[in-house]
Amino acid sequence: MTRKSRRLILIAACGAVLALALGLILSAMSGSIVFFRSPAEVAAQGVAPGTRFRLGGLVKDGSVKRGPDQNVEFSVTDTSATVPVQYRGLLPDLFREGQGIVAEGTLDAGGVFRADTVLAKHDENYMPREVADALKAQGRWQEGGGKEAPKDAAKPGTADATLGQRSER
Amino acid sequence: MIVEIGHYALALALALSLVQAVMPAWAARSGDAALREVAGPAALGTFACILFAFCALTYAHVTSDFSVQNVVENSHTAKPLIYKISGVWGNHEGSMLLWVLILALFGAWVAAAKTSVPPVLRTNTLMVQASVTFVFVLFIITTSNPFARVAPAPLEGNDLNPLLQDLGLAIHPPLLYLGYVGFSVTFAFAVAALIEGRIDAVWARAVRPWALIAWSFLTLGIAMGSYWAYYELGWGGWWFWDPVENASLMPWIAGTALLHSIVVMEKRDALKVWTVLLAILTFSLSLVGTFIVRSGLLTSVHSFASDPSRGVFILAILALFIGGALSLFAWRAPSLRQGGLFAPISREGALVMNNLFLVAACATVFVGTLYPLLLEMLTGEKISVGPPFFNWTFIPLALPLLVIVPFGQALAWKRGDAAAAAQRLLAAFAVALVVALGAAALAWGGPVMAPVGLGFGAYLIIGSALEIWARARGYGQNRTHDLGTTWRRAVGLPRSAWGTALAHAGVGVVVLGIAGQGWATEGLATIRPGGQVASGPYVATLDRVGPTKGENYEETTAFLTLRNRAGDYVGTVETGKRFYPSRRMTVTESGLKTVGVSQIYASLGEVLPDGSIGMRLYYKPLVLLIWIGSLIMAAGGGLSLTDRRMRVGAPVKARAKLSPSAVPAE
Repeated sequence: MTRKSRRLILIAACGAVLALALGLILSAMSGSIVFFRSPAEVAAQGVAPGTRFRLGGLVKDGSVKRGPDQNVEFSVTDTSATVPVQYRGLLPDLFREGQGIVAEGTLDAGGVFRADTVLAKHDENYMPREVADALKAQGRWQEGGGKEAPKDAAKPGTADATLGQRSER
Repeated sequence: MIVEIGHYALALALALSLVQAVMPAWAARSGDAALREVAGPAALGTFACILFAFCALTYAHVTSDFSVQNVVENSHTAKPLIYKISGVWGNHEGSMLLWVLILALFGAWVAAAKTSVPPVLRTNTLMVQASVTFVFVLFIITTSNPFARVAPAPLEGNDLNPLLQDLGLAIHPPLLYLGYVGFSVTFAFAVAALIEGRIDAVWARAVRPWALIAWSFLTLGIAMGSYWAYYELGWGGWWFWDPVENASLMPWIAGTALLHSIVVMEKRDALKVWTVLLAILTFSLSLVGTFIVRSGLLTSVHSFASDPSRGVFILAILALFIGGALSLFAWRAPSLRQGGLFAPISREGALVMNNLFLVAACATVFVGTLYPLLLEMLTGEKISVGPPFFNWTFIPLALPLLVIVPFGQALAWKRGDAAAAAQRLLAAFAVALVVALGAAALAWGGPVMAPVGLGFGAYLIIGSALEIWARARGYGQNRTHDLGTTWRRAVGLPRSAWGTALAHAGVGVVVLGIAGQGWATEGLATIRPGGQVASGPYVATLDRVGPTKGENYEETTAFLTLRNRAGDYVGTVETGKRFYPSRRMTVTESGLKTVGVSQIYASLGEVLPDGSIGMRLYYKPLVLLIWIGSLIMAAGGGLSLTDRRMRVGAPVKARAKLSPSAVPAE
């Protein structure tokens, strides 16, 4: 085998593998990327039923209803719009009314968000980044706006982001 | 007082590392050999200073010195001693201190190792290592001082995040950093070689043990982190494709490629430029990972920092080292003498394919991890790139790689015979086929990829065993049919051959474990005492729910009895909700029952006022193989390191004692 043909084989192999990787990335980009939407965006722009997205906001006070067999219904709000959510499964430890959460799933024809994943990435004085940003964008953010700032949170900066908690069905 | 001395020691380390970085360069200009030798003692001194600083911080944590802000924010008097110690690196400042401690440790290790590394290469390597140390110590002192005092000192601390109060997470960061930061040595060697403009087999032989050490620790560190996430986060996943996990996976993949290309360079004096580039890229990915985790860019599992000034500083460090090293590479690489090209069907050809697939797989992880961040920065649009993306891109690139592993091993150097290699692996193909078909028949109608995965795992394990068998039998005239001779030869094979086979078999074991997850099942129910929840072949009965108490938490525990479907007793399992009063945080503690290498995993949901509880029960077949396989891989790396030719600091004389027959060409 000549030097030239060896080089050609090497270059062809590199090209083939890189093309495969690129093709996989591009096809995955079009198929398996999930966008983040706040309730206000869902209300204003509308999301086609069946499209997977992440819904983020606060769990509306008094909206959590527990059904039989670990079914749970609640509403996610950013105070200007509200989206009802249905979920079956165990909720993360940090889930409670008034707290920020991110849910992943699809809207059904009736406008109910059917979640298969609920994330609560925060602790008592912290919100999911996406939720905080969405609230800030609407001017509804109050600095230190956690409902129950712990009295021992001595200094700004001690409010460390906690470990992400998720719950998947 | 000890805290101030610790702070001072850190400043001293900054100065010493500067001396270590600058003096050799000066010596190179002035030709002063004595000045050049400063690098070694300076490396030891830097390490001693940082070690002292680290001990000082540990002392403050152990004695609950609440006049130190870092202790206030991360400790509590009621915390068990082990978590007072692990709390030192359970926060941003402390973990950066651990980072530089390990950086300095490797610097000192290179300085102290009695290898046959040429003195100029050694000095230049220490110089590069010192410049990395200098910049990171500067980062700590200016932006992340762990020794900052607070006045007046509070009476009690804020405690460590309860999720971090876990034995697995206590030892995960040191292991991970030994791997992550260990690749700084290969980086330093690569840059040193570029400065000198000389790269040859001697360089490869000097670098290989360091790459192996770092790779083995990184393997252990990632496995440990994965197991922690599995049992602590409470929903039974073993890999989340979380950016923080990807940050450690990328250097691991690149490091794996590096390990293999170094072998080609050592044996065949080829792939030189590529190997140097890989060495630079591997540590660059470690730095990128540090940036992702430490800059507060993500609000994810390990993000403790939320101060943007740190992010900008780390970004500057990234630009300096990655940009600097790559510029040096671009300038020097064309002048390096390239090795010859080689036949596509050969051991080195297979190793090139290994490198290609690994680098492509690493690139997909890189894109999937950084694209969302970049998109949000540029357009403000928030997206999430989750498991579907990575499963779709990573797995198709990983599977061909698994085929190549035993196949490449069966090919000879220079010119391989594909047909002969395939023949040699015939038994592995056969076993893989039987395993895959058998599994498919037993679990008909189940997931398709799971039996395929089992087949791949079996192929890798048998293929690795066949490799040892074939080498022990010998080739051509040396071929023996006597089992005793085969055994003696197998024992006499170099340890690196055994290490390679072990590591490859370990990959097979991991693949078996991953494949088993295709059959994982999940049961979910709201139950009261006496109620049942079922999953796969097991049924759990809730005996009672009651309070238990730990050292610094209160727990509501559910006690369950496990039986199989036939009603035979299997064991008991407990799962609970732990409430930590110091942070007013509740954490779910999952319960695990191990049966063979499979596990039954119980996770407690909400305890409702009417006495019923939510309960999730997973059956995870073969799941332990994922981590056992990782341990086997790391053990393979360790075994290779004990090979005489590879030992760091092995006396040079030992080389002469080896009889030539004991070192057959690999």
